[in-house]
Amino acid sequence: MAQVNAIVLRAAGINCDMETEYALELAGARAQRVHINRIIEDKNLLDEFQIIVLPGGFSYGDDVAAGKILANQIVHHLLEPIQKFIEQGKLVLGICNGFQVLVKAGILPGRTSSERQEEVTITYNDSAKFEDRWVYLAPQTDRCVFIEPGRQIYLPIAHGEGKVVVKDEATLEQFKSEGHVAFKYVDANGREGDYPVNPNGSVDSIAGLTDTTGRVLGLMPHPERFVRPTQHPRWSRSDNVDSDGMTIFSNAVKYVQENFASRHFSVSSPCS
Amino acid sequence: MKQWRFEVFNKSGFSDVHGKSVLDDIGELGIASVQAVQSAKVFLIEADLDKAFAERVGRELLTDPVCEQYYVGRSGAPAGLARATLIEVHLKSGVTDPVAESVRAAVADMGVEAGNVRTARKYVLLGQITDSQTQTIAKKLLANDCIEDCIIGNEEEPPSPHLRPYELQITHWPIRELDDEGLAALSKQKDLFLNLIEMQTIQSYYRQIDRDPTDIELESIAQTWSEHCVHKTLKSSVDMSVDGQQVYFEDLLKDTVFKATKQLDKDWCISVFADNAGVVDFDDDSAVCFKVETHNHPSALDPYGGSATGIGGVIRDPMGTGLGARPIANTDIFCFGEPDKKLEDIPKGVLHPRRIMKGVVAGVRDYGNRMGIPTVNGAVYFDDRYLANPLVYCGNIGLMDKTKCFKNPQSGNLIVMVGGRIGRDGIHGATFSSGQMTHEHETVFSHAVQIGNPITEKKMLDVLVQANEAGLYEAITDCGAGGLSSAVGEMGENLGADVDLEKAPLKYAGLSYTEIWISEAQERMVLAVKPENLEAITRIFDGENVESTVVGRFTDDRKLKLRYNGQLVAELDMEFLHNGVPKYSRKAIWQTPAFAEPSLPEKDSYNGDLLQILSAFNVASKEWVIRQYDHEVQGGSVIKPLTGIDNDGPSDAAVIRPKLDSDKGLAISCGMNPLYGDIDPYWMALAGIDEAIRNLVCVGGRADRIALLDNFCWGDCTKPETLGPLVRAAQACYDGAMAFEAPFISGKDSLNNEFACEDGTQISIPSTLLISAISIVDDVAKCVTMDAKKASNLLFVVGETKNELGGSHYYKTSGHVGANVPRLDLGTAPKTAGQIARAISEGLVVSCHDCSEGGLAVALAEMAFAGGLGIDADLRGLPRSKDCCRVDAQLFSESNSRYVVEVKPEKYDAFVRLMLNLPFGQIGKVTEDGRLVIRSEAGRAVIDAEIDTLKQAWQKPFDW
Repeated sequence: MAQVNAIVLRAAGINCDMETEYALELAGARAQRVHINRIIEDKNLLDEFQIIVLPGGFSYGDDVAAGKILANQIVHHLLEPIQKFIEQGKLVLGICNGFQVLVKAGILPGRTSSERQEEVTITYNDSAKFEDRWVYLAPQTDRCVFIEPGRQIYLPIAHGEGKVVVKDEATLEQFKSEGHVAFKYVDANGREGDYPVNPNGSVDSIAGLTDTTGRVLGLMPHPERFVRPTQHPRWSRSDNVDSDGMTIFSNAVKYVQENFASRHFSVSSPCS
Repeated sequence: MKQWRFEVFNKSGFSDVHGKSVLDDIGELGIASVQAVQSAKVFLIEADLDKAFAERVGRELLTDPVCEQYYVGRSGAPAGLARATLIEVHLKSGVTDPVAESVRAAVADMGVEAGNVRTARKYVLLGQITDSQTQTIAKKLLANDCIEDCIIGNEEEPPSPHLRPYELQITHWPIRELDDEGLAALSKQKDLFLNLIEMQTIQSYYRQIDRDPTDIELESIAQTWSEHCVHKTLKSSVDMSVDGQQVYFEDLLKDTVFKATKQLDKDWCISVFADNAGVVDFDDDSAVCFKVETHNHPSALDPYGGSATGIGGVIRDPMGTGLGARPIANTDIFCFGEPDKKLEDIPKGVLHPRRIMKGVVAGVRDYGNRMGIPTVNGAVYFDDRYLANPLVYCGNIGLMDKTKCFKNPQSGNLIVMVGGRIGRDGIHGATFSSGQMTHEHETVFSHAVQIGNPITEKKMLDVLVQANEAGLYEAITDCGAGGLSSAVGEMGENLGADVDLEKAPLKYAGLSYTEIWISEAQERMVLAVKPENLEAITRIFDGENVESTVVGRFTDDRKLKLRYNGQLVAELDMEFLHNGVPKYSRKAIWQTPAFAEPSLPEKDSYNGDLLQILSAFNVASKEWVIRQYDHEVQGGSVIKPLTGIDNDGPSDAAVIRPKLDSDKGLAISCGMNPLYGDIDPYWMALAGIDEAIRNLVCVGGRADRIALLDNFCWGDCTKPETLGPLVRAAQACYDGAMAFEAPFISGKDSLNNEFACEDGTQISIPSTLLISAISIVDDVAKCVTMDAKKASNLLFVVGETKNELGGSHYYKTSGHVGANVPRLDLGTAPKTAGQIARAISEGLVVSCHDCSEGGLAVALAEMAFAGGLGIDADLRGLPRSKDCCRVDAQLFSESNSRYVVEVKPEKYDAFVRLMLNLPFGQIGKVTEDGRLVIRSEAGRAVIDAEIDTLKQAWQKPFDW
C-alpha cells in the first residue's frame, strides 16, 4: 500500500489542525501540521504530499471577512504551487475556514481562468451570529473523490460566516448542472428546509462546493469532529453510531492509494 | 503619507445582517421611527499608493466581490426621500484594533508597506429621528464611551492617531513628611487603592531607606498589594461572631478552604494554591490544571471587551502554570440583572442588563472561539442585585506534561517578554478591580478596560507549545493584572530582577516608564530563558511572526531594579514588595436572619407553577448562549452542553476526551445558588459543592477523584456584616471538601462588588460563591446523559426529599424567600454520590439527572422533554422525610443529594442492590405518550402536561 502523505496547513488563528491531523491518521494517512510560512519559504515542500488540508479556525481573526487575509496571502504567495498540486491530480480539502479561504482565493469552484474570486462568496449567517449545531448533508455530485455518492451524513457546523451566496441565478444554475454543489443541508429525511435545517441561509442550501476536477472539496461542516462514535450528540441514545466524518478522510486516502503507486511521486500526473 | 479612506457597503440585494440587527436593537430601545439601517465598514489606510493601487486594495482586499461594493473617499448620504443620519464609530486612540493589524499585513502581502491603519464602523439610519434619539442610539447601542468615539454627521475627521514620543522625566512622590490625611489623599489621588495602614507601612519603609519613592515604585507596591493580587481579606485574621458566639481564624483561607486540601493530602494533587492554576493528575503521563477568574468591573464598563479579556486572561493562567499547559476547555458563569428590566429603572452609569448580557456573551464567544478552545460548561444567573455589578466568571482547563508542572527560574536567566505589544490599555486594572464602583467609573476608569486580540494570543500559544516541547525556557508566567510588574515581580521574588523598560515594544509612542511597567495590555507572557537558549527560542517565535524581546535579567540580590535608558527609576527590596503588606485583622458578624416560611394554599394542580418555574430566567434554556460557543473544537467532545433527542436538553456536566487517542475523559461542572445565601451562606456553599459534584456524577465522573475550585464574589468586606457571610461560606467549603474528600485546588475572590449610585444608595451583590469541579472519567463510552431514553424503563429517585423550600424557585416565583434552606447531609451525600457513580460505571444506568432549581418536578420535566418521551410518576414512591408531606414541597423542594435515575427493567435487581442502604424509591416509568404525569400520594394527577408545552415554556425566555 502506498504511503499517503497529508499536510495540514497552519496559520495565525487556525485552530482545528490537531483534530484534522488525527482524523487523517485514523484514515491511514501520515499527516503533518505545517505553518504556512514554511511553505512560503520553500514551495517545494508540497511535493512530498498528496493531500493538502486547510483546516478550520479563524485565520487572522477573520478580519475584514472570514478567510480573506489568508486567501490574500495564498493569492500573493502560494497560488501557483497549489494550482500545480491540483493539476498533478492531488487533493485539496478545505474545512470551514479552509473552505472560506479556498473560495476567497478563487480556488473554488475554480471555473474561471481568472485567479480571483468572482462568482461565489461565503458571508455572514442570516442569524448574524456564530452557531454550533449538527446538520444533515446530502451529497449532490458523483464527481467529488471525497464523497460517497448517495450517502447522507451528519456533521457539526460551528461558524458565524457560512452562508454561501452565488453571484446570480444563472451562475447558480451552472453550479448545479456542472456538478459543483458538493453537499446540501437537509433534514433527517433528506429534505431541504429553512433554519435550522439550513443553518446559515445558504443559497439553495449549499453546504459545500467542489471544483471542475472533483479533487478539491470545500465544506462548512466539520468532518474531523465526527471520527469517533462518542462525538455524535446522541451517541448515548444508540448502540450503533457510524462516524460519518471518516468517510471524507477515508475516501481521500483511498483515492491517493489507488491513484498514486509510488510514495515519491512528484511531477507527472498518473491520475486516471 | 497620504491617508486613503475606504467605505465598504453591501450591494443591494444582499442582506446587511449587521444593519438589520442594529435596527432590531433600535426598536428594542423604543425608537420606532427608524425605517432602515445601513452598515458599512470604514478603513483609513496611510500609505503611499497611487489611485490604481488604492482601487486594487479596495477591490481585492477590502471588498467581497459578490456581495459588497466599496467607495474610495467619503460617500455621502444616500439619495432618497427618507432623512438619513450618519454615525461613525471610531476606536479611541491607543485602543487595540486587530482588524487594522491584519489589513496592514495583507497590504504588505500585496507589496506595499502601509503606515497607520485604522478601522471604523459607519451606520446610516433612515427615518426621522431627533438629535437626542441619535445620541441615545449612538451611546446606548453603537458605541461604548470607554473605548470608542462617535462622530455624528459627515464632516468631522477622527482625531489623529499619532502620539508624541515620550521624554524621560523621573517623578518622585514625596511621602516621608506626609501626615495621615496626606497619605490618604495621595492614595486616592493616584488611584492606588491603598488604605492608611498600608500607606503608613510604605512611609516607614521609605523613611528607613531615607529617600522618597518614585511613582513607579509606589505603583508597583500598590499593584502587588492590591486585593486582586494578594487577597488581603481572605488571608487576614478574623474575629467572627456567630449569633453572639466568638470564633477566631488566624488566617481565614488557611483555616478553612486550604486546610481541607492540606488535611486530605491527596496524592493526585500535584500543585495546589501555588501556581496560576491548580494542577492534578490526569493519567500516567499528563496532568490537568484548572483556574477560574472573574472579570467583573471591566465587564460592567465594557461588556464585550471586559468579558473577552476575562476569558483571554484566564486562558493564560494554565498557559503560565508550571512550564505551561495547553488549554483544552473553557467554562463561563455569568450573573446579570434580569434582562426584562425597564430602561428607566436602570441607575445612572449602568448599562442595561440585556446589553450587558449580549455584550458579555459575544466577548466570550469571539475570544474563546478564536482561540480554538471549546467552551463546554457554564451557567447564567439572574438577580437584580447584579444590575450594576454583573459577575463574569471565566475558567480554563489545561493539559500538561506531568514532568513540567513546576517552574525553575535561575539568576542569570534572561527575562523575555513574548506576545503582544504594550499600550496604555488596562492601566490600573488590578487596583481598580479591588475598589468599589460608582456612577462615575464609566468616565474615570475607562483606561482600566483592556481590549483583547485573540489571534495574538493564539499565535503566542502555538509557539509556546513548541518552545515548551523543546525545553527552551525555565519558567513562564502571564502578564495579567499588574502587567510586567506582577509577572516579573512574582517570577523574581526569590531572585531579584533588573529590567530595562525602554526595551519593551510599544503599540505606539508616548508611554512613560511607569505605564510600560504597569500596563495590562493583553496577550503577553514572561519567560525566564537561559542565555544559551535565546537563539533557538527566538527562532521558533520569529518563525510564526510572534514578537519576543529580552527586557532584562534575573539576578541574585533580591532587588527589583528598573531602568529607563540606563537611568535607575526604581530599586525595591523584593522582601518588602512581596512580604511587606501588613497583615490585617478583621471583624465579621453573622446573625441568623429571622425568616419564616410563607403559608401558601394547597392546590389540585401545580401545572401553572411548574410552567412558571421552567420559564424563570435561572431555569430556562440557555441554548441561545450555548450555541454561540464552539463547544466541539479540538474534537474531544463526549457529553455536550446540550443533549437529548433534539440536541437541546440541559446536560448536567460536560465530558471531554483531552487526548484524542485515549478513552480517558474529564468531566467538568459547576454549582451555585445565591438565593440560599440570603438565608444562610453556610448552606448555600454546601449546596453549591453538592450541586457541582452531583453534576459530575450524573454524567459518569468518578466520585473519588473530584477537585474543586472556589470563587468568592462578595460586597464590601470591610463591613463585618458582609464579611460574616463569607466566613460562613468558607467554613462550609472546609466541611464540604472534607465530607466528599474533594480538595480545593485553586480559588480566587473578587470583593467590593458594590455600586454607589448618584443619590448615594449602595447596591451590593448577593453573597455569591461559585464552585467549579472536575473529575476523571475512566472510560468515556460509559458516560450517560440526562434525557429519558426509552419507554417502559424504570425511574428511581435516590436521595431524600425534605421539607426544604427555603430559597427555592417555587417560592421565588411567588415572591417569597422562606426559611427552610436545603441543608446538606454531610454523611449521606458522599455515599449517595459514590453509589450513583458506581451504578453508572457498572452500566446499570441509562440516564441520570440531578434535582436542583425547581426540584423533582423540573428534573422530571427536563428528562422527559429532552428525551422526547413521557414520564408517569407517582409520589408514593418518593423517599421523603416525615415532615415533607405537602405536595408542593414534594414537587419543588430543592433538597440536596438527589438523583433521578433511569434503569432498564432487566437491570432492576442489580441497581436496587447497589442502592440498598440509601434513601431511594421507584417513582415511575418512562412512557411513550409525550406527557409528564405526576400523581400525588392521594392518587391525584398534580402535574399533567404535554412535554411540548413544558419545553416551550422552558425555551421561550431566551428565544432571542
